[in-house]
Amino acid sequence: MIKAVLMMNTQGKPRLAKFYDFLPVEKQQELIRGVFSVLCSRPENVSNFLEINSLFGPDSRLVYKHYATLYVVLVFDGSENELAMLDLIQVLVETLDKCFSNVCELDIVFNYSKMHAVLDEIVFGGQVLETSSAEVMKAVEEISKLEAASNSISLVPKSVSGWRGR
Amino acid sequence: MEQLKTIGRELAMGSQGGFGQSKEFLDLVKSIGEARSKAEEDRIVLSEIDILKRRLLEPDVPKRKMKEYIIRLVYIEMLGHDASFGYIHAVKMTHDDNLLLKRTGYLAVTLFLNEDHDLIILIVNTIQKDLRSDNYLVVCAALNAICRLINEETIPAVLPQVVDLLNHQKEAVRKKAIMALHRFHRKSPSSVSHLISNFRKRLCDNDPGVMGATLCPLFDLISEDVTSYKDLVSSFVSILKQVTERRLPKSYDYHQMPAPFIQIKLLKIMALLGSGDKSASEIMYMVLGDLFRKCDSSTNIGNAILYECIRCISCIIPNPKLLEAAADAISKFLKSDSHNLKYMGIDGLGRLIKISPDIAEQHQLAVIDCLEDPDDTLKRKTFELLYKMTKSSNVEVIVDRMIDYMISINDNHYKTEIASRCVELAEQFAPSNQWFIQIMNKVFEHAGDLVNIKVAHNLMRLIAEGFGEDDDDADSKLRLSAVESYLQIISEPKLPSLFLQVISWVLGEYGTADGKYSASYISGKLCDVADAYSSDETVKGYAVSALMKIYAFEIASGRKVDVLPECQSLIEELLASHSTDLQQRAYELQALLALDARAVESIIPLDASCEDIEVDKDLSFLNGYIQQAIESGAQPYISERERSGMFETTDYHSQDHHEVPSHALRFEAYELPKPSGPPQASTELVPVPEPSYYSEPHQPVSTSLVSERESTEIKLRLDGVKQKWGRPSYQSTTSASSTPQQAANGTTTHSDGGGGGAGSSSSKPRSSYESKKPEIDPEKQRLAASLFGGSSSSRTDRKSSSGGHKPGKGTASKPATIPKENPIPVQPPPDLLDFGEPTATTVTSTDPFKELEGLLDSSSQDGGSTDVMGLYSDAAPVTTSTSVDSLLSELSDSSKGNARTYQSQASKGPNSKEALEKDALVRQMGVNPTSQNPTLFKDLLG
Repeated sequence: MIKAVLMMNTQGKPRLAKFYDFLPVEKQQELIRGVFSVLCSRPENVSNFLEINSLFGPDSRLVYKHYATLYVVLVFDGSENELAMLDLIQVLVETLDKCFSNVCELDIVFNYSKMHAVLDEIVFGGQVLETSSAEVMKAVEEISKLEAASNSISLVPKSVSGWRGR
Repeated sequence: MEQLKTIGRELAMGSQGGFGQSKEFLDLVKSIGEARSKAEEDRIVLSEIDILKRRLLEPDVPKRKMKEYIIRLVYIEMLGHDASFGYIHAVKMTHDDNLLLKRTGYLAVTLFLNEDHDLIILIVNTIQKDLRSDNYLVVCAALNAICRLINEETIPAVLPQVVDLLNHQKEAVRKKAIMALHRFHRKSPSSVSHLISNFRKRLCDNDPGVMGATLCPLFDLISEDVTSYKDLVSSFVSILKQVTERRLPKSYDYHQMPAPFIQIKLLKIMALLGSGDKSASEIMYMVLGDLFRKCDSSTNIGNAILYECIRCISCIIPNPKLLEAAADAISKFLKSDSHNLKYMGIDGLGRLIKISPDIAEQHQLAVIDCLEDPDDTLKRKTFELLYKMTKSSNVEVIVDRMIDYMISINDNHYKTEIASRCVELAEQFAPSNQWFIQIMNKVFEHAGDLVNIKVAHNLMRLIAEGFGEDDDDADSKLRLSAVESYLQIISEPKLPSLFLQVISWVLGEYGTADGKYSASYISGKLCDVADAYSSDETVKGYAVSALMKIYAFEIASGRKVDVLPECQSLIEELLASHSTDLQQRAYELQALLALDARAVESIIPLDASCEDIEVDKDLSFLNGYIQQAIESGAQPYISERERSGMFETTDYHSQDHHEVPSHALRFEAYELPKPSGPPQASTELVPVPEPSYYSEPHQPVSTSLVSERESTEIKLRLDGVKQKWGRPSYQSTTSASSTPQQAANGTTTHSDGGGGGAGSSSSKPRSSYESKKPEIDPEKQRLAASLFGGSSSSRTDRKSSSGGHKPGKGTASKPATIPKENPIPVQPPPDLLDFGEPTATTVTSTDPFKELEGLLDSSSQDGGSTDVMGLYSDAAPVTTSTSVDSLLSELSDSSKGNARTYQSQASKGPNSKEALEKDALVRQMGVNPTSQNPTLFKDLLG
């Protein structure tokens, strides 16, 4: 089971944090800080895997990937395959890239709800739900379309909804 | 130009989707991004909280504004601040009819609340309604929320609807309904136990996504109860077969692999089902073999599947062919340049080594490389492997390595783990007691505060009991060496408390026993300890007890005791100590000094820590006294039960009496009041004298009783573990440990005959091999030999087991007359060449050095992350077709080609051109930070 999906920038600022078991805010912060301090002490060109029992309890592993200014981190238990998790990160980022076309850190900050929509399509309640980035895109686009539709009727003037459409 | 800017800006907003947030939010994000310190960030967030608190209370907040406020709340909470004042607004938003708002509400609620939060009750109703909605996206949002917000009590409220949704026409809904049901199963298995058949049904769903999702709950169910799913083995195998034959839609391909995540999940399930089941395993052979053949080991995901196959094979009952394929895959992993693959290789090796122990030998040099790798993760994994393959022939090398590593790290959590592993291995395989003591000293010195207290007791017991009764000479040698090593260590600064306790105890018992060190020398050292660690009462207590023993031995042997001035001052200081325990000890010591030799000898006999002490638990010697007292009108004793509520410290006694259940008194009652923490702990761990109520104050034996109790305390703890330490049992352990290897050898045609003549020829093959391959570091070879071949020549009795590691070749039983220089490299070595020789064998047969050299050259095969990134950048043209890019690419057409090449060269790091474009756009919008934080807005993907 996947325990958490984290994105943080290279300065340790969390950009996205989703824990699949409820944790109080303080604990979440502690874990984010802990993960960051481990990650930033890792040298270049080493493996992307870490055992992280000291933070997340026994049998916890962590896979991370470093993109430009961002770390994408998955924390999971022994029932998952490390290499596959590494590719799941890739699936997530590829999907985000399709969503935002050349995804950058700013996209993640400003599109919080869309980020979560993408993530919820891929990982659901701690289990990997969908790994085909095309399928995820289809679902997310449909959501945006319907959201926009209901939005333009009830809320926002047309001109705004025009550029909210994507 | 001005016009162009505006267009660009508009398009940028379009392509960014959510840049439509208000200026306020953008400013917030910007200022937080620019904050230079945590304090500054906190200040910004706190003022934001103030603003939001005010805004949320305003009447008639427009809904769109409200949505933004909620998102800002989520953002604040992600930064670690409390946003609970806004929870209720998020809950309200879930009631909204507008899909966008509803989804935002659900998102916020799932992030804010846990399943036991008070507000959940306001949401359950909405969820119920939404599950019935016609709009499938509303249903999905509700299912999403269910996973997080429903607890055991609320499951029945939504369960029927979720079950209905299993047959929904949209596959997205079916998928999520299955996952929700899975979540229910995890939270409360009983609530959905009658619905488990639904999972089986959904396995046949015609949407592969739904089928793949069903594998998650099935994996959990099968790992709980294998037997009732055996009938599905052939279904899983045929699904896997179909997947590998690319029967699934193209969209499930990932990097040219057909639905790899589904394959991995299937392999995991098969591993569970095939474990220990011959017939189930046999069904799987075919498809596993196919996978090994088909898997593309050049991609990350292909290797993930290969690894999963290895894992599966290590779980099921494999056939030799599959084992061979798995071993091949592992060697590919280990030879790879990628640390990720090496990690997987080491992990796979650790799994396979249980089935075929000889597999590790081919990879010894790769393993040693991993051990010396700068990558900590890999190192730890390798230590795990070594831990699994430790036997008595290589324990010294492995434990030494572990200790070196333990000393070098700061991570206390892992330090504890590796220290306990060292101790475990040392206890299990120790070749000699001296070695064991040395290892323990190191462990205590560097991780003393982290190891279990039992370890200290084991060590003390070992020193006290020695080799056994028949060899007093060896015992005293052992003790002397312990004392000597401790006297060396004792003056080092900052030793861990536990280690000092051991040192004090040993010095007290045996410091003067040999006559080598004078009482004043030892007692001086002990005083130094008590002085230097004056804040540690336990250590002080040990030191005082040790002093008492030393003086007692002196008095008993008739020598005159002159108490050192520093001892005298220590005793005086402790007489006034705040700790009653220390006070008691000091008073006892003072009393003891005044006694004559005969009395002292009966109080603390020399080297009697292992003697059993007769304790009159009935206190029968008091019977007369009691009788007398009762006759003169005293109240008879009333048991604890009758005086309940009166907290007597008598439970100390009951603790001790526990071990003798046949006793006539009723002890159960004493257990009721829990003894208070710290004093209890100290009686457990330290032979602390009982508080004074225990012994009658006017009884002259009081001290003796106390010290006797000390010894019993220790003695009691030693029981049951004893057989590990005596010499005979030590040998039995080694023989036991070697049996599995021999059993494994049974499969090869090799017979274990050559033990006798081994010693003489053992070094030959290695020397020849060294002369042949001078380019390899001899240090490494030695290490490899000692790890894998068991080269340490001193222990003949174990040679047969280590010699059994030859690769099973048909010719392995050739006589020993073969010349040491093998002319044909593939020729197997003679059987009689014993340990040390496996090294040579593997070297001649597989020649790993050559292959290592080859690997160094083949830098083309790039490691995991970069490789994947390279693949990814190939796919990038899709992204360049967006409007922004096409528009701006005209402006910078000439740089386009350069950017492309740059992109493929530097797969990591920002893509300069696109980053600049984006940066320019963002700058126009006024949200880009100034130069203080230039990395913030760089592209994620190069």
